Order: sequence, then C-alpha cells, then structure tokens
Amino acid sequence: MRRKQKKALIRIIVAAVLMVVLGLVSHFTNIHEYVLFALYMVPYLVVGYDVLWKAVKGIGRGQVFDENFLMAFATIGAIVLQEYTEGVAVMLFYQIGELFQSIAVGKSRKNIADLMDIRPDYANIEEDGKLVQVDPDTLEPGSVIVVEPGERIPIDGVVIEGESSLNNSALTGESLPVDVGPDSPVNSGGINLSGVLKVRTTKAFGESTASKILELVENAGSRKAKAENFITKFAKYYTPAVVAAAVLLALAPPLARLAMSLDPLWTQWVYRALTFLVISCPCAIVVSVPLSFFGGIGGASNAGILIKGSNYMETLANIRTVVFDKTGTLTRGNFAVTGVHHSELEDEELLRLAAHAESHSPHPIAKSIMAAYGKELDPSLVSDVREISGHGVTATVDGHEVAAGNNRLMTSLGIPFHDCHSIGTIVHVAIDGEYAGHIVISDELKEHSKEAIARLKEAGIRKTVMLTGDNEAAAKQIAEYINVNEVHAGLLPADKVTIVERLLQKQDKREALAFVGDGMNDAPVLARADLGIAMGALGSDAAIEAADVVLMDDDPLKISKAVRIARKCMRIVKTNIWFAIGVKFACLILGALGIANMWIAIFADVGVMVLCVLNAIRCLFVKKL
Amino acid sequence: MKSYKIYVDCANCAAKMEEAVRKTEGIADATVNFMALKMNVEFEEGADEKKVMKKALKNARKVDDDIEIEF
Repeated sequence: MRRKQKKALIRIIVAAVLMVVLGLVSHFTNIHEYVLFALYMVPYLVVGYDVLWKAVKGIGRGQVFDENFLMAFATIGAIVLQEYTEGVAVMLFYQIGELFQSIAVGKSRKNIADLMDIRPDYANIEEDGKLVQVDPDTLEPGSVIVVEPGERIPIDGVVIEGESSLNNSALTGESLPVDVGPDSPVNSGGINLSGVLKVRTTKAFGESTASKILELVENAGSRKAKAENFITKFAKYYTPAVVAAAVLLALAPPLARLAMSLDPLWTQWVYRALTFLVISCPCAIVVSVPLSFFGGIGGASNAGILIKGSNYMETLANIRTVVFDKTGTLTRGNFAVTGVHHSELEDEELLRLAAHAESHSPHPIAKSIMAAYGKELDPSLVSDVREISGHGVTATVDGHEVAAGNNRLMTSLGIPFHDCHSIGTIVHVAIDGEYAGHIVISDELKEHSKEAIARLKEAGIRKTVMLTGDNEAAAKQIAEYINVNEVHAGLLPADKVTIVERLLQKQDKREALAFVGDGMNDAPVLARADLGIAMGALGSDAAIEAADVVLMDDDPLKISKAVRIARKCMRIVKTNIWFAIGVKFACLILGALGIANMWIAIFADVGVMVLCVLNAIRCLFVKKL
Repeated sequence: MKSYKIYVDCANCAAKMEEAVRKTEGIADATVNFMALKMNVEFEEGADEKKVMKKALKNARKVDDDIEIEF
C-alpha cells in the first residue's frame, strides 16, 4: 500500500469508529441537537475534507458535475436534513470505494507488470577479462555480450560461443526449454538455463523482442473497444442526466403538491433527490471496463498471445469463421520424409542407400532424405553418380547400383514399380535393378493441427477454411484428416484475398472472420480479414507488424485459447456493464419512490464498483482456458 | 505520435483528461491509457510540442488537480 492509501485507510477507520460511537451515544442519551451536529462534524471532516476541498476548487473551475462536488452536495444536504449518520456514512463509503479502487487498480497494474517482467536491466560485456554490467540501451548492434546461467538475454542476437538451453516461456508461454549452440539466434527475454553463452547482438535494445512485446502490450489499451467508447459516452450523459433528474425530483413534486394545496413535504423530496446524487457517479463501469481489457490482454500475453488492442479483443470474441493459410500454420512448412513404403529392406537401410545416392544433390528433396537418414554420410562409399534432370539420380553405393527418382526414372530403367496413393513427392528406389520401395516426402502436419480444429469447433467456431497453393488432391487429404469445413487449393496469393473477401460478404454482420497466417507473405490477407492472426512470430518482426493478434510460438492450439480468453473477457465486460447500469437504474427508481434510502444508494455506488472491479480482475486468469 | 507517462487518480478522471487534452489547440488526437498510465498524443502539423503540452497539462488540471504529465 502506498503512503497515500495508508493515510486514507487510517482516516476511514477513525471516522468509522467515531461514527459508530456517536450513533450509540445519541441513541442512549439525549444530547442537544447543536452538540450532536458539532460532534458529527468531526468524523465527517476527518474522512471528507479532501472531497470538500476539491469540490470547492472544482466550482472555481466550473466543474459542477465532478464527483467531488456531487458527493459534497449530497452529504451536506443530508446533514442539513439532520440525517447526520447518513451524511457521514455516504462520505465514508465513498472514500472506501475510492481507496478500494486505487488498491485494486494498483495491484493489477503490478500483477501485469510482473507477468510482463521480461525486460532485462543489464547486459554483461567482457572488459579486460572481467565481466562488467552495462545498461543494455548503450550497446550497438554487433556488440558481444555474455549471458550467464540464470540470467535473461538482454538483446536479440546470435550465439557465437557456448551451448545451453533457454526458457522462452515469458515470450511464448511454452515452458519446454529450447537448446541453443553456436549460430543459433536467441531472443531477448528468454532465460539462459545451463551454460554460459557469448552472444553477438543483432539489434539495438529498443528494437529487441522483449522491448517490442512490452511496447505492444502497453499500447494495446490505446486502441479502444466499442464497449469502452460506449462507456465513455454513457458516462458523459449519465451524470448530468441524473443530476437533472435530482433537481426535478426535489422541485416538481413539492410544487405540484403546493399547487394542489397539500403539504409540500420538502424534506422528503429533497432527501430523495439527494439519494440520486449519491448514485450519480459512473465509477463502477468506468473503472471496470478498461481494467477487464487490461487484465485480459496482460493474461493473454503471458500465454504467448499478443492482442494489439481492446478492439481486437472484441473482434476475437465474435469470430465464427477461421481461415487458415495451410503452410506454416497447420503444416510445418518444411518438407520431410513422412513414410517409406513397400520396402524389401529395412527402412533405415533403404534411406541409407538413397541418402548416399542423393548426397551430391542440392535439391530440397535430397536434403530431406539425408535429414531422415540422420547419420553422417560416408562419401567414399559413393561413386558413378549420374544425375538425370527431371528424373532422379543413379549411383553406386556401397557396391550396390542404386537408382532413386520419380516414375519416369523407373520407366526409363525398365523397372516395374508400385504407384503410391500417398500425398506428396514420391521417390522410388531401385537396388541392383530390383524395385526396393519408395520414400514419401511431404509437408509435415503439425502435431496439434487436428486437435486445434476440434477445439475451435468446441469454442463455437462454425466454419474453418483452409487455403493453399498446393494441388487439390494433397490439400483435400489434409483437409479431410484435420476436419476443416472448406478447402480451396491451387491458389495464388491474390486468390486468397478474393476468397477471404467472398467469405466476408457471406457472413452475418455481428460475426467476424479471422485469417491465420505465418505473417511472412500473407500481409494483404491479414489486413483484409476482420482479424489477422500471425503465428510463430517469435523472432519475426514482419509478422508482429502485420497482424492484429500475434501468437509467439507456432502451436495452432493457441488460436482457440485466444478465442476463449477474448470470450471470457468480453463476458466479464458485458456482465459488469449490465450489472452496474441495472443496479443503478433500479436504485434510481426505488429512490424516486422513496423505497431506497441513502444506505441503498451508497451500495449502488460503492458496492457495485467493488463487485465490478473484483469481477474484472478475473480477466487476468487465463491459464486454464 | 508521441507517448507520455502520466499520472491520474481514477478512471473517470482519465476519461475527462483525455477529453481536455484532445480539445487543446495544436493537438489532433489524444488517447489516455488509464491502466498503463500512458497517453499517446498526435500533434497538429507545425505544433510546438513543449508549448502545446504545457497548455494540455493546464487544461487537464482544470478537470482534476492531481494530474501529471511527464514531458
């Protein structure tokens, strides 16, 4: 608690004790009216002097609708009506509300600051064989820094010496450590777990990942959601309207009664008008709505999901259609051996021979076969390599004549082969003139792609669409396997925009469409969709720039998580808005009818605010979604 | 667009402060982020930042005494 808050708490306690004692004393004894008034002024002034002072200053500046003025007016009014306890109590609860709000907001600010505590304070550089801590802001790109175990990497760079594993969970939400060695790129914000690393920085501190993420999250609140704009507008009209209603309530009924030559009952109507003033502050909603968004955005970023503004949070919650660009989001985007079929030999032996035969080829297919074999190649085993362009390769490997290539190669060699029903590129292998099976190479589906689609459907996404430049057959098979509703294949980049536009036209106005891409070459589509989501953005500035929502790692499961976070946040925002407005209006009506007194009015003001703020804080907790 | 650190007590004051700063001469647009205690300001062309911000602070203080803007 800050000093200001402590002081406020002490004032509240003192005033509360005095108020209760006075209440008891006046109940059991007969104190003269003036003495009682004087006694009640003590707790009133203790708890409310600053509000009164601010009200006076506010009047000087023409701020009549200021909360301080309204509170001062309502409480002084109550005291004039000789409702001393209520006058003091309203001021007291008002101050409790203010204190609570300031503590709650301060706490969640701190919570989020802790969650986002990824900005390193220093960098180590070597000077005369000793490590010196310097301000990372002063280092130029290309400097060499040393990161010891347990330290945070301060600046993006490339490892030049040392091996270690990194915990990037502050950036991606993924706690599995990542192994790094010489030439591995590293991002600021990650924690070095085991070995000492020497890193050559590639960026300035301010341009590094950690700084960028922080900047993004801090600025997210500036892009306001519709709900926030609604609240600002509402607050602007609400207070003056309630005050006007109060004036009307204080004057109209008594005057009407006078005209009918009844007793005007001035006290009663003025009292009812004063209860209006107590309910006139829109604080509950005004504080809880931005707090909810701030909490939701903070919680999401801790899970590796960056939402660039409250407005995007709102759109995210309304998504009913998700369009995927296949490569890089549902599939890994790198070619790999996904199967070895009809092999007469051990799969590994087939791969060994094929890998050696292909060892001189720079082709990506050859590379993926070598990667699948995974062991050191022995060049001395390979001779007589003959590359036949558009067909494949023949070579002598370890004493065997090996031919590896497509259907045409097999046909030209006169070797009968099994055609393959699998999707992808097929490399047939023949050994010593005999067919030995084939290797299937395709873009690997990500581990969680199927589950991700299922989760999205669970989360209420009605339509999932996959777009790809691949051929129809390959695309259909994947689409069926992961169970997307619609697939469009053989697309050029421009076609993707057209299809997204068509989908946008078809959908209901209240619904939204998200496009998920890797952010590298789909910027136009990301921009065209209601919401652009970029995946695998860690280390890619372009992706972070292009999208509205950024998933730091490339796990497609995060998409449904993001939707769930947004839904929860929006649900809380809406509940708060309707609850606060509902209770306030109910109390206004009851107050006008004389059923609700000032005690109920102060609940409508402070109680509702406390409840809304507590509810809003729930937005921070997104781990289990 | 420039970003300033601010201090403001309550959410309602933040909304009023935004309004007040926005109306200041020389400022095209302003958004107050109450939770992050930051304010983004877009100036009109040719506006003198220091002068305009001084005026903006004065206008903001008219709404609430406790407002601070670091510039």
